[in-house]
Amino acid sequence: MMASLFSFKGGVKPASHKDESAQVPITLAPLPSRLVVPLRQSAGGMPLPLVSAGQRVLKGERIGAPEGNFSSAIHAPTSGLVVAVEPRMLPHPSGLSALCVEIEADGEERWIDLVPVNYETETPDALRDILRDAGVVGLGGATFPSHLKLKPGASGRIETLIINGAECEPWITCDDRLMRERSDEIARGIAILRHIVSAERVLIGIEDNKPQAIAAVRAATAGSEGVEVVPVPTRYPAGGERQLIRVLTGIEIPYGRFGADFGVQCFNVATACSVHRAIDLGQPLISRIVTLAGNVERPGNVEALIGTPIDALLKLAMPKADTDRTIMGGPMMGFTLPRTDLPVTKAANCILAASPALFPPQGAEMPCIRCGACTRACPAELQPHELYWFSRAKNFGKTQEYGIFDCIECGCCAYVCPSNIPLVDYYRFAKSSMRTLEREKAVADAARQRFEFRTERDERDKAEKAARLAAKTAAGRQAAEGPGAAKATAAPTATQAPSAEEKPLTPLDDRKKALIAAAIQRIQSQKTGVQPKNTDNLSPEKQAEIREIEARRNKVRELAKTPPEEPV
Amino acid sequence: MLSALLVMAGIAVVLGAMLGFASIRFKVKGDPLVDKIDAILPQTQCGQCSYPGCKPYAQAIAKGEAEINQCPPGGEEGIRKLADLLGKEFKPLSAEHGVEKPKQVAIIDEAVCIGCTLCTQACPVDAIVGAAKQMHTIVAPLCTGCELCVPPCPVDCIAMVAVPETVETWKWRYPVIRLKERKREQAA
Repeated sequence: MMASLFSFKGGVKPASHKDESAQVPITLAPLPSRLVVPLRQSAGGMPLPLVSAGQRVLKGERIGAPEGNFSSAIHAPTSGLVVAVEPRMLPHPSGLSALCVEIEADGEERWIDLVPVNYETETPDALRDILRDAGVVGLGGATFPSHLKLKPGASGRIETLIINGAECEPWITCDDRLMRERSDEIARGIAILRHIVSAERVLIGIEDNKPQAIAAVRAATAGSEGVEVVPVPTRYPAGGERQLIRVLTGIEIPYGRFGADFGVQCFNVATACSVHRAIDLGQPLISRIVTLAGNVERPGNVEALIGTPIDALLKLAMPKADTDRTIMGGPMMGFTLPRTDLPVTKAANCILAASPALFPPQGAEMPCIRCGACTRACPAELQPHELYWFSRAKNFGKTQEYGIFDCIECGCCAYVCPSNIPLVDYYRFAKSSMRTLEREKAVADAARQRFEFRTERDERDKAEKAARLAAKTAAGRQAAEGPGAAKATAAPTATQAPSAEEKPLTPLDDRKKALIAAAIQRIQSQKTGVQPKNTDNLSPEKQAEIREIEARRNKVRELAKTPPEEPV
Repeated sequence: MLSALLVMAGIAVVLGAMLGFASIRFKVKGDPLVDKIDAILPQTQCGQCSYPGCKPYAQAIAKGEAEINQCPPGGEEGIRKLADLLGKEFKPLSAEHGVEKPKQVAIIDEAVCIGCTLCTQACPVDAIVGAAKQMHTIVAPLCTGCELCVPPCPVDCIAMVAVPETVETWKWRYPVIRLKERKREQAA
């Protein structure tokens, strides 16, 4: 048993609203007729499309290849026909489009040949590659490729594996249901993760408002040595990676470093489940559990294929009449969807129907009174009001000094703000502006470097050309003048003096003439020197043909020599 | 009296020698102001400022020969930054040097390209690849959108297109207080 738990500072306790959707077992969402699968569903590079329109795909077939190691593969969620590979609007706060693969389901759900792997006989590297190719990413919301997190950091090895079942955000219950119903699969996934990193102990952190989940996971992991289920106090954001690591181990990870550097690594329970499926069953990540909640008649959790249209899921939950918008993610960190016909992605843990009654519009923004409520609530121990002032003034250097990149955008500060300031919006603005500036600066620096290199190269080329020309003319002169060259080159300098009267111009003229004659001779020798190489060993017919052509050519030359009758 | 004079003269000589040494030892190569100005300029190398590149323009600004409002790609923000750096008044972009445009990138219609190499010669940042009588193409991430390759093209196969915003380059908007809604709320 754990001796004692640690704690993180700040945090809030919003009404959890979890009971509505946590009571009903997970159902399988019906197969939609068309699925739109975005190719980029994880942090890192954009996967390259492997299919084109008109191609048939099987369920689980790879349709997007990971670009480089910092990326994860994408698979067809069902068997069917690829209708289009084109940019489509993404479920993203920007409402922008990116490359998606649209698949028309054939309803057969025919799988590719699944290749289960016995993880105990595989090397960690091979398992990491399998996870990358199976498209396994963090399902807690950040969708960071899991194979990257399984690499040992600066500390050399990962001693403590943390499994995140906290699920702290209100309304969301997908991990809760998953732990209750599929704790065996989670336990197997944990065993694989543990094998890959050879961790000594595993801590499964679950918020203490989920007793059934705690019991189920305890039962599933009862036999394994060093695995412990730890109920953590319910406080938002206990499920934040850094917060959970701190609560369970007391380790505080500084900015710019990762858990792996301190011998800890954190995975979501749903990620553990998909790791099990990828290794033990050979199934890539093509579905996830989505909580449907909020202003709906039938809240619950559904297992939906990636690419299922969100409105098809909403239909299952039956939103009430006064629903005015749809939120993807929870009420604290989620964002309002620009439309509802967008696809479910690997990041979509919750679809929340919102109504003015349930989520009253935020009151008008009032001036900051520096009450410090946000500072007390901030789980990252920042000073949100200072960050707010600097972000608002676009003083990005200062925001960085005050640690804005440590902000996890949990929304606690905005939740407690008595002036209704949308603080997180300001931080997001500042962060993304800084990233844009950084990117632009990198591009400008590279452009400057290339421009300078080009200028230098041009100058060098010019100098080299001049040098070559000088050398050539000097050589030509020497050739024209023969052995007396040295004398002759000295002569012009002498002739420039007015006192030297003998032969004032002729030597120069002679030299020029000689040079021209030499050049002509050179060209002629080049001309005559070149012989066609394909005229040996020809058959008599071919030779006759050549003679004929030559005769024609001569005729044309004769014609060309005769002056035209009318001047053009 | 004499000793005092000697002491003072001695100190003067020693200090002078130290200063002289320091001025050689710690000499700053180049003009640091030019580099600072150059860092603000967008490095499109387009020559719209009437100087053959960003660095020459930066040098001209540092010497006081050029105004700070001659760089259309840098736009209003660039002028503001220059004004801040140099302690000058902000001036609107001078119209004779061009207008501010959204970021662009050149695209070669590869079917039309005849491989004349004129665009590669014009590109200040080596963003065009191709050889004589071979198709040319633009390495889009390297293109600064300076438009210098457009006029030399004999077959007009180069088009400038605006760089589209992607999910990766998208920026959160500055939060704005919607005054209309607020007024309505107050009225209610």
